[in-house]
Amino acid sequence: MDFPLFHLDFIGNRMLVAIVAIVHVMINHPMAVGAVPLVTLLEWIAHKRKDAELDELAYKFTFVFFIITTTFGALTGVGIWLTTSLVNPDAIGSLLRIFFWAWFTEWIIFVAEVCFIMWYFLSWKSMSKTNKKKHIRIGAFLALFSWLTMVIITAVLGFMMTPGKWMPFIREWTEFSSLLTAVLNPVYIPQLAFRTSFALMSSGLFFMFLVPFFVKKQPVRYTVIKYLSIWSLTWLVPTAAAAWWYWQRIPAYMTENAPIAVATQNYATWYHTILIILLAMVVTVAIVATAGIIRSRWVPRFVMLIPFIMGIALLGYFERAREFLRKPYVIADYMYANGLLKDNYALYSEDGVLPHASFVKTKEITPDNHYEAGRDVFMLTCSRCHTVSGINSVTGKFRYLFPGDTPWTPEQISNFIAGMHNVRPFMPPYPGTDAEREALSEFIIAHQNRAFRMEGAQTAGIDR
Amino acid sequence: MDSIPVPHDIQLQLPLPEGTLKILLVFLFMLHILFVNFMFGGVALSFIFEIMGISNKRYDHLAREISKTVTVNKSLAVVLGVAPLLAINLAYTTYFYASTSLTGIAWVMIIPSVSVAFLLTYLHKYTWDKLADNKLIHLTIAGVALALFMVIPLIFLANVNLMLFPSRWLEVKGFISAVLLQNVIPRYMHFILAAIAVTALFGAGWFGRKKYPHEEKLPGFTRSEVKRLFYKIAFMVTSMQFIVGPLLLLTLPVHGLHLTVYLFIGLGITGAILFMLYVWNELHSQREFSNGRFWIIIILLTCTVTMMAFGRHYYRERAVDPHRKMVAEKTELLYWQAEAARGRERMGISKAPKATGAEAAFARNCGVCHAPTTVMVGPSLKEIIELYPDNPQQVVLWAKNPQVKRGGPIMPSMAHLGDAQLTEIADYILGLEL
Repeated sequence: MDFPLFHLDFIGNRMLVAIVAIVHVMINHPMAVGAVPLVTLLEWIAHKRKDAELDELAYKFTFVFFIITTTFGALTGVGIWLTTSLVNPDAIGSLLRIFFWAWFTEWIIFVAEVCFIMWYFLSWKSMSKTNKKKHIRIGAFLALFSWLTMVIITAVLGFMMTPGKWMPFIREWTEFSSLLTAVLNPVYIPQLAFRTSFALMSSGLFFMFLVPFFVKKQPVRYTVIKYLSIWSLTWLVPTAAAAWWYWQRIPAYMTENAPIAVATQNYATWYHTILIILLAMVVTVAIVATAGIIRSRWVPRFVMLIPFIMGIALLGYFERAREFLRKPYVIADYMYANGLLKDNYALYSEDGVLPHASFVKTKEITPDNHYEAGRDVFMLTCSRCHTVSGINSVTGKFRYLFPGDTPWTPEQISNFIAGMHNVRPFMPPYPGTDAEREALSEFIIAHQNRAFRMEGAQTAGIDR
Repeated sequence: MDSIPVPHDIQLQLPLPEGTLKILLVFLFMLHILFVNFMFGGVALSFIFEIMGISNKRYDHLAREISKTVTVNKSLAVVLGVAPLLAINLAYTTYFYASTSLTGIAWVMIIPSVSVAFLLTYLHKYTWDKLADNKLIHLTIAGVALALFMVIPLIFLANVNLMLFPSRWLEVKGFISAVLLQNVIPRYMHFILAAIAVTALFGAGWFGRKKYPHEEKLPGFTRSEVKRLFYKIAFMVTSMQFIVGPLLLLTLPVHGLHLTVYLFIGLGITGAILFMLYVWNELHSQREFSNGRFWIIIILLTCTVTMMAFGRHYYRERAVDPHRKMVAEKTELLYWQAEAARGRERMGISKAPKATGAEAAFARNCGVCHAPTTVMVGPSLKEIIELYPDNPQQVVLWAKNPQVKRGGPIMPSMAHLGDAQLTEIADYILGLEL
């Protein structure tokens, strides 16, 4: 981690990325990927039936997702780059070197998507009079490009969790082999199928939520809700099937990956939660959509949001599972989640992490700098995932292991850290020397009962 | 250079040749900044014209037409920004990530502030008729958007400026102190003026084009009046660059300046002078404005900007070059040091040897939670010995499939150690005399 390190000691660094990513997915899936085919379909139906009211409604739907996707949607997408590179520059810098051309291709598709979305929305009124068919075709192209960005990014995400048996020559790493592994990844297709059908299904739910705002006339309103219910119900089937498939694929992964199997206990609870949320989502969507078909006046608008939020939660749990499976690595078998290279561990255990860090104050451990040295070791080796006293704090973890008011002893803490990766296989092994480990333990002990907010480079600058 | 931090770079190779990457960076960045200019200049000009429109209605129409271009150009500005962002991440990894980190809070704030600024531009555009009688509110919307758009470039500028000067990294504490480095403000002024000039030329082209229905959209203006207005703005604003430009050059730290930089900037200035003369001539001749001469003006400005962009690129290269060489050496050194340490580890001559045998295996895997006589996370060894006297197989079975016996954290399965090692450890535990 040889960068001045940005650090948020209250919410934690991962939370920052999570917030941006969740907002992005909540906008991107239903609106960018899911909504475009739906409005294009509605526009086409309106054109076939010469139904001006339906066309106007499709236009209004487009207006809403156009505004949201081109503001918060676009910025949270860029925001993932901005925040991840702050939080783990080593990981993002390396992944970018591995996947540059994939991301570059995605960018070109993304530019096309933005051009198409503006063309589609802004030309709606004028082209409706002159060339409606062409306008519908633009919608179809937009739908395709929106989906293609998902196809690529899902592959990149999939790569990160594939075990590293295929990468012995990291310095000769090629774009082709990495993309190939990403696409051949056994969870790629189920994941893509799930995301796609969920996006399509949730766009229907999202529009059902919007209908009462836009359509006041009762018969039209109920007809539209009926259509949208049919749409969502149709896509519920592949959504549930793909989620089930995805869910089934995960344990196979865990058995393939020996050390991960040990973490089954921790994982088992999530695994069941996923199933429960999945079932709950299927049931709610089924009820809401069926009610929408039979008697749409029964369905209050805010009810539409419930299955949508459940779907997002489901996606979130899948993401957590995916994150969990790749641990302790951020790039399988190459870079640990703390941003340190596996290959450098032998060196760190001889020299320590401090002498090889360029932005820390302590270079060596002396009898009177244990606390400062411990703080620096914490920053270098723990801070990408943990805070001192905030969310996911190290002190909280030790309080769970050693509860009560008995003061922790350096031996207790230090012993645990030394063997932590054996009992918590998702944790990277501790790097560095024994002396550094003891300094780290003293730093942690100092904050057993005294909360501490460690400042990152963004406020403290470089202290050296 | 003792006080200047020399960090290690990322070890993986670049995915494309460095030269190609940098050319890509310069051109993609120019494309991005073109639309950023249209966006920023559009918001600023629309705001000013709307104020002028209070007393003279025709400017209100013009402001409205400009605001329609903003919402399109801003989307292109964002999407076209991604590729240069990735390219700069790759080409200047050590530098760019260091300066982002040091200005981290402002950097994260880009996400909500640009989103809100964009929403405000939509609100401004779509409430033009609704708020026609409430100009104060309508102008406030535009004003807040403009204020946000004025701050955002500072974040980017502070960052790309700080990245060039590792010698200043140690003094920076947060975003404000990065902005206050000597040359950020001149760069900022240079950007603001350029954005307005470029947008004015865009306006001359867009609203002055033959197909544009100006009688309908811009009542009160003839086509040549619109063109004249925008040419005038471009001329006036660019003339101010002849003060801001030298100021910028004078405040740049000298270590990045060298002949190539001066050459490109000199070419840029020549282009700018030609551009000014041509616009002046166009404004003061009696002929009709022509399309052909408009394109000559555009070509002159494009040449100027391209020269300036390359001048800037060579400045950046020169500024970081000595430091980058040291970084490369240090990165290579670390690679070989790590290689050597791995070699020693393989041969069993590591300077930090790992103990072997049952005792060490116990310490690594079990000592984390179990102590000889005291209760730590798990029960003491003494308790285990009393529980399973001479029965190592029970200990192994438990370790492979632990259950909850009392409160507290459940023991994780140790099955991954394998039966042989587990048995060895169990024998060791039960053989202890406590």
